[in-house]
Amino acid sequence: MTPIATPTDAELPKLKLDWAPLLVLPALALAALPLIGSAPTWVTLTIAGLAMGMMIFIMASGLTLVFGLMDVLNFGHGAFVTVGAFTATLVLLPMQGWMQADSVLMNLTALSLAVALAMGVTGLLGWAFERVIIMPVYGQHLKQILITMGGMIVAEQMIHVVWGPDQIPLPLPASFRGAIIFGDAAIEKYRLIAVAVGLIVFVAMFLVLNRTKVGLLIRAGVENGEMVEALGYRIRRLFVGVFIAGSALAGLGGVLWGLYKEMLTAAMGSEIMVLVFIVIIIGGLGSVGGCFIGALLVALVANYAGFLVPKIALASNILLMVAILLWRPQGLYPVAKR
Amino acid sequence: MLHRLLSGDFPRSLWLSGALALLVLVLALAPFLFTGARAMNVAATICVFIVLVASYDLLLGYTGIVSFAHTMFYGIGAYGVGLALYSIGPTWGAMALGLGIALLLSLALALVIGLFSLRVKAIFYAMITLAVASAFAILASQLSDFTGGEDGRTFSVPEMLRPGFRLIEAEVFGTAINGKLITYYLLFFGALAIFLFLLRVVNSPFGRVLQAIRENDFRAEALGYRTVVYRTLANCLAAATATLAGALMALWLRYAGPQTTLSFTIMMDILLIVVIGGMGTLYGAMIGSALFILAQNYLQALMKQASDALTAVPVLANLLHPDRWLLWLGVFFVLSVYFFPTGIVGKLRALKR
Repeated sequence: MTPIATPTDAELPKLKLDWAPLLVLPALALAALPLIGSAPTWVTLTIAGLAMGMMIFIMASGLTLVFGLMDVLNFGHGAFVTVGAFTATLVLLPMQGWMQADSVLMNLTALSLAVALAMGVTGLLGWAFERVIIMPVYGQHLKQILITMGGMIVAEQMIHVVWGPDQIPLPLPASFRGAIIFGDAAIEKYRLIAVAVGLIVFVAMFLVLNRTKVGLLIRAGVENGEMVEALGYRIRRLFVGVFIAGSALAGLGGVLWGLYKEMLTAAMGSEIMVLVFIVIIIGGLGSVGGCFIGALLVALVANYAGFLVPKIALASNILLMVAILLWRPQGLYPVAKR
Repeated sequence: MLHRLLSGDFPRSLWLSGALALLVLVLALAPFLFTGARAMNVAATICVFIVLVASYDLLLGYTGIVSFAHTMFYGIGAYGVGLALYSIGPTWGAMALGLGIALLLSLALALVIGLFSLRVKAIFYAMITLAVASAFAILASQLSDFTGGEDGRTFSVPEMLRPGFRLIEAEVFGTAINGKLITYYLLFFGALAIFLFLLRVVNSPFGRVLQAIRENDFRAEALGYRTVVYRTLANCLAAATATLAGALMALWLRYAGPQTTLSFTIMMDILLIVVIGGMGTLYGAMIGSALFILAQNYLQALMKQASDALTAVPVLANLLHPDRWLLWLGVFFVLSVYFFPTGIVGKLRALKR
């Protein structure tokens, strides 16, 4: 019997980190500074952009993972955002007393209850959506787009049926209102909280994907699903899990976004989906890291452009997308398979 | 004669032929059959939507491309004619100029978007068009000095198309031959011509290649067809046709605004009509548009009655509220994608066998 050389970890070449996209972000922020002219305004805008970017990332991450893993693009993802935000009102409006109380603890309790309920409901809804709407059309892109779009219409209309046709105001809890004055720059407290939550989600996701076995399987599934199946893992279950988690994250994003806007409309999900799509295209379909950077880029550009040339705020994102795709046609971090 | 007119693509079903013949007959005689302004509106809208939906079917049904930017081109057509007539004055020259500019803009946009994103995947194209279309809609309402913003622009049309104009003094079969009637026939024959043209396109060798791409783009490429070129051409053609439809609609309404042309609701309507009528057959666009526009105008009244009758039952009354008719359409849409992807036309054709 000849001994076979067993490869050890040391022999595996380390994956080289692709720095270039990471540098785009600070470069963009610095380039905007002279255009805006005043440093405090710049700080305010940058923080606002980061906060918005984090919220978009939370909503977009599930979508891009689901696409990477199973080649399913859910055009109805925006429905989870809306449902999440509206579900939160079920807790937040009856607990208005707790929300308006001048105690951080009471505010937080009410808020976390709302978030938990919203994530639970959207997770369940995601599961049902996967079972009923998406399962019959695996591998058929055309039908997927049509079906999920139909699902989105139905969900949006059901919101109208359950919650009525009016907008619902959703005031921020008392202790999150107002701004911190930092030098000359006013930074809204809630934006800092959004940044913090977004970072927590990103780090948690990063750790799960890179340090756990489930994460390893998910990443392997994105690279080559058939091989993972051949090794004896049920990629379907993995996929359903990711779908549920992604839907729940969209729900969380919806709550954050609703509190940010302080006004809920049934169309909020489909409106934000436009940005989400731009983000996942920029980031590279299926890539979580790319999605994170893409979200921040899109939000920063939207905020700077909104300040400098308000009329073309959304068009600026299209230009950003065009520029990025000219540079890297598959997005910032292309996923190997596609 | 009929063979040449329909490019050899017959409805292939007795029921379908009957329905189509009836539809064309009713639309052709609409001004003489109906008197009310509302009925005429419905007939004109059906004419325009047949063109709009047929051009979308060229993309979705024949080439297998999902685009969400079709209303953008529709809107460009409406705004092009509308703004030209508004700013230059109600002359035929202004109309032609506006239409020309609109067509050029549409073609340029379709070409750029197509070359840019049709290389990749269908899904990519769907997302990019969604983003571009919504940016365009926002841009149109933001540039309010030029486009009139959310209110849109009301404009006057050339003398001959105004309701006050009389071609002949006498009435024919009790109907005045006025500008409104002329506008209607402009719409009707315009729509008919464009529809027959599209029928010719999809039955030409070019159309066959598009269908080959839909069935298997890899194989089409392997056979030596440059799929990107064909897809982009189909995209441009559909965009130009949608622009014409938009121009016709603007002439009829004498108004161009974001709600009637650019809104996402219209995009959804187009999608619903194509799928319900039948993808991959232009006759589906005719049947689908007629049924949809009729339902939109008359079924909602029925829903209102039902809703009013059921006010005692809270949720049910909400479900049947006329504003919720999109809900039922959505459900119907999902079910039809699952259970009869060939649409009404496909079902009617299957009846024969």
